[in-house]
Amino acid sequence: MTAATRVFFVGGLISYRALFNWIRPGLYITTMLGSPLFQILFFTYLGRYTASQSDDFFIVGNSVQVAAMSAIYGMTMGIANERQYGTLSPLLATPANRPALFLGRALPFVANGLFVSTFGFVISWLLLDFSPEPSDLPALAFVVLVTTCSCTALGMVIGSIGLRARDVFFAANLVYFLMLLVCGVNIDIDELPGWLAAISHVVPLTHGIEAARDVVAGETLGDVAGLVAIEALIGATYAAAAYGLFRLFEAEGRRRASLETF
Amino acid sequence: MVRLFAVGWLFHLKSLTQSLFFVLISVIQPIIFASIAFFMFESGSRAGTLLYVALGAGLMGIWSSTLFGSGGAIQWQRWQGTLEVLIASPAPFLLVLLPLTLATASVGLYSIVMTLVWGRIFFGVPLDFEHPLQLAVALPATIGSLGLLGLVLASTFVLYRNANAFANLLEYPIWLITGLLVPLSLLPGWVTPISWLLAPTWGIRAVRDAALTAGGSAWPEIGMCVLLGAAYLVIGSFCLRNFERLARSRATLSLT
Repeated sequence: MTAATRVFFVGGLISYRALFNWIRPGLYITTMLGSPLFQILFFTYLGRYTASQSDDFFIVGNSVQVAAMSAIYGMTMGIANERQYGTLSPLLATPANRPALFLGRALPFVANGLFVSTFGFVISWLLLDFSPEPSDLPALAFVVLVTTCSCTALGMVIGSIGLRARDVFFAANLVYFLMLLVCGVNIDIDELPGWLAAISHVVPLTHGIEAARDVVAGETLGDVAGLVAIEALIGATYAAAAYGLFRLFEAEGRRRASLETF
Repeated sequence: MVRLFAVGWLFHLKSLTQSLFFVLISVIQPIIFASIAFFMFESGSRAGTLLYVALGAGLMGIWSSTLFGSGGAIQWQRWQGTLEVLIASPAPFLLVLLPLTLATASVGLYSIVMTLVWGRIFFGVPLDFEHPLQLAVALPATIGSLGLLGLVLASTFVLYRNANAFANLLEYPIWLITGLLVPLSLLPGWVTPISWLLAPTWGIRAVRDAALTAGGSAWPEIGMCVLLGAAYLVIGSFCLRNFERLARSRATLSLT
């Protein structure tokens, strides 16, 4: 195993265990599983009452979106907590390969997001009569994987900003809630005002949710390849921006001796 | 005692107002949820008024600020190192904590105001209240009863090391089972008796009856808010006394 590979896998795992504040069982179950469960129930019942869309619309939208809890909050913690806990300076003093150091942190959060999203779908199957065709599940899993990766890239952007900003968790909370409004989780994009719909097309999640709904409705992975490709492209763009910010704030922090100042 | 209560309430209200987190959950989050609900109602086939949505989303904000503010009240005092000083002061701890829990519910008033103003400006929600006087009584009664429920949360969550995580868990379920946006008739029957024990259920009924129901009266629901508030006060003061006694005898006041 090369040094960069070790930093990517082992470093990523260690940072996940050290910096993800919700990793203890009590916290994990209440926050990462309990909260998504009730979010799915709340919006599905609200959808039933308003009669705006079918149950599947809300179940798929929210089950995919809850992956963002790990992707946004977790990834923010995974980067910004280095500064919070006073470990940023020693970390950046090492000669470790920077892309491996940075991107390795994302892997556990992607896996975690996939797990939470799967939990959302399973609980919807148990409680809300959600029943996709078994043959659609591999395609659905792939779409959720790509969407979770792109959401994690957005979390990386916020985490990188956290290397500089004073209260980055405000931004993380705000982004998470705005996703519920903007990304077609509970409202069809066509129902949104034009300017809001325009924003929805350049943020992660929107195309992934649309693709997941199409897959559940019976379309094949080939049919939604365009949507998945756009979602992946948006994710790659955010990841590149996040890495750029990370390097910029690292350089700025060294130059101004302000790595861990608040 | 009155001065202690008034000064404490005002101090905590100002303090919470300056917290970005409370601005988020009592102003921004309710606006986002109100917007989602407005769009859902507009695109759905359910006949109804958007004022119903604005009031429900506003009360969701009151619950959130009470839940997160009161649920972590004692833990925060611990982290800040002020808990021992407060317990050691001659004033009863109940009178020190109650203004804080009431302030967390009062901050939620921003939610109601913001969802109404937001709804009026961007969604054309008509602000024609059927019984303004009853509404003027229903709102403080609701906030008071939620603040007293906050006292119960503060005095019981302290036993749970990760109170904030527990608060995360309780946000959506209480929104759901107290009928803030979704009528209880849509939920399983066993939910209804549970909802009767929760102040937001009666609070939203009182506020909606006062604002929306032409021939209705909000006084019975306001009465239920007062009654539940009194029950919460008794439970909260009992739990708080027990917490104080145990923490003193085991020397665990400052342990986080």
